[in-house]
Amino acid sequence: MNFEDLATLRPDLAFIAHWVGDGAHVLDVGCGDGAMMRYLEKGKRCTGYGIEIADDKVLESTRRGINVIQHDMEAGLGLFGDNSFDTVLCLSSLQMMQHVEALLRDIVRVGSEAIVSFPNFAYWPHRVALLKGRMPVSRSLPYQWYDTPNVRCATIVDFKELAEECGLEVIEYVALAEGKPVTFLPNLRGSLAVFRLRKKAKRA
Amino acid sequence: MQFAEPLLLQSGAQLADYTLMYETYGTLNADKSNAVLICHALNASHHVAGSYADAPKNLGWWDNMVGPGKPVDTDRFFVIGVNNLGSCFGSTGPMHTNPATGKPYGAAFPLLTVEDWVGAQARLADRLGIDCFAAVMGGSLGGMQALSWAIRFPERLRHCIVIASTPKLSAQNIAFNDVARQAILTDPDYHGGDFYEHGVVPKNGLKVARMVGHITYLSNDDMAEKFGRKLRNAAETNDYKFDFGIDFEIESYLRYQGDKFSEYFDANTYLLITKALDYFDPAREHGGDLTKALATTRAQFLVASFSTDWRFSPERSREIVEALISNRRQVTYAEIDAPHGHDAFLLEDARYMGVVRAYYDRIWEQGLAKEAP
Repeated sequence: MNFEDLATLRPDLAFIAHWVGDGAHVLDVGCGDGAMMRYLEKGKRCTGYGIEIADDKVLESTRRGINVIQHDMEAGLGLFGDNSFDTVLCLSSLQMMQHVEALLRDIVRVGSEAIVSFPNFAYWPHRVALLKGRMPVSRSLPYQWYDTPNVRCATIVDFKELAEECGLEVIEYVALAEGKPVTFLPNLRGSLAVFRLRKKAKRA
Repeated sequence: MQFAEPLLLQSGAQLADYTLMYETYGTLNADKSNAVLICHALNASHHVAGSYADAPKNLGWWDNMVGPGKPVDTDRFFVIGVNNLGSCFGSTGPMHTNPATGKPYGAAFPLLTVEDWVGAQARLADRLGIDCFAAVMGGSLGGMQALSWAIRFPERLRHCIVIASTPKLSAQNIAFNDVARQAILTDPDYHGGDFYEHGVVPKNGLKVARMVGHITYLSNDDMAEKFGRKLRNAAETNDYKFDFGIDFEIESYLRYQGDKFSEYFDANTYLLITKALDYFDPAREHGGDLTKALATTRAQFLVASFSTDWRFSPERSREIVEALISNRRQVTYAEIDAPHGHDAFLLEDARYMGVVRAYYDRIWEQGLAKEAP
């Protein structure tokens, strides 16, 4: 998988890949089919592991040749030591978690830096749907309310607040629409929120 | 294959000379880089796959895994199955003649460890001219041997595949093993291990040992589904018999399995293999620190466990995975949701076979990449 393939297939991942350093040791929490991890290994000489619970995704990741650990993220990241990764990715998975706060704290425990993405519930078509009295169904939230795996709905503003409460520093964040950053009214016009976080430096 | 140079064992004893039975499948390539070693568990042998022309029913114990077009594809890999020392399928064991006495070894056969087996396997690899295996693979006790290979001979395998295994036995595991051993040791026909000379076999002991063992291989659910409380005479009276014969189907099944086993397996072999299981604990010499024990490894790992395996549960495999991660080793871990308990590692399961196949594809592709200039 080269950058062009990634950019075509998953423009959001291609954007996020820019935030991962060359040669970084990476943990991809909820690695799915392993496309991101594979690109980071091949394109940026990264090392590390993906975590995934679903059998079919574990198989796809194994086929792609990445190191995938079949594990339920809800059970935390106890398999991994403190500060053992340069970057921890949690891409479009956090919104499926029962224990968001605990996982978020665990993510920054095991990594120096974290990149977290989730569908922005405040994306304008979602707001329009709600104004019309319906739960939003869109490309970024493609499920009906009764069968969605997304048990948490958050907006960019909400997540920023939680991150700060958890003692995290937001290095930067961006709202993506079709994989491209939105600078004007991001919480309204971005369908995917991407945060770059690290532990707040302890005061001396 | 005959080995004349003595093998020094972990116990301090040594085997002056010995024979290892082995079987191979597929073709060793020119640079000898496609060899895969399959390590067997308690009651299996070097006969991993296929069947013999004169015994078409004697199918290899991992025939669903190993063969042409199978997950471990013998059209690509040169697969070696080896019977461990002390076993009863042709390699030197307690039933063979002790050159020192001219009588069967019996109780005099030295106890062996997983490390001893691996040492002997390495000598077989030397003889076959294999410096580095593409993979060493095993399930259960076989997985321990694969793990031991990765620790003791890090430069001699590129991949290590550990299935339904554990870094050490629990107190409960050891307890079950000792019940099995006691059944054999207290059988009057055991004769302190020298039953060969008496022309008898401690069949009852061996049978009970197998029954106990077999229980630990099956899951509670699997047993409930297969047997439940079904009565043996369900078709006739479907009532209790009020004696100590066979009432329940599960009794009939276990006794049958025990009887069958006692007809072909050796009691001394059973004792020494369960002891090798008990002794395996590579972290022991590192103060119990498995991460330190695995620090010497260089191989890439595939670790797999089964959700209903309570003998070597997924937690035990996760300990291995965690220690490998701490060492930043490459590891893929699959936790297969399967109903069949420990035995699942020998059974057909699409998810399990799929992951192993995908992993061997990776091994193959890495091999091809290395060959390319």
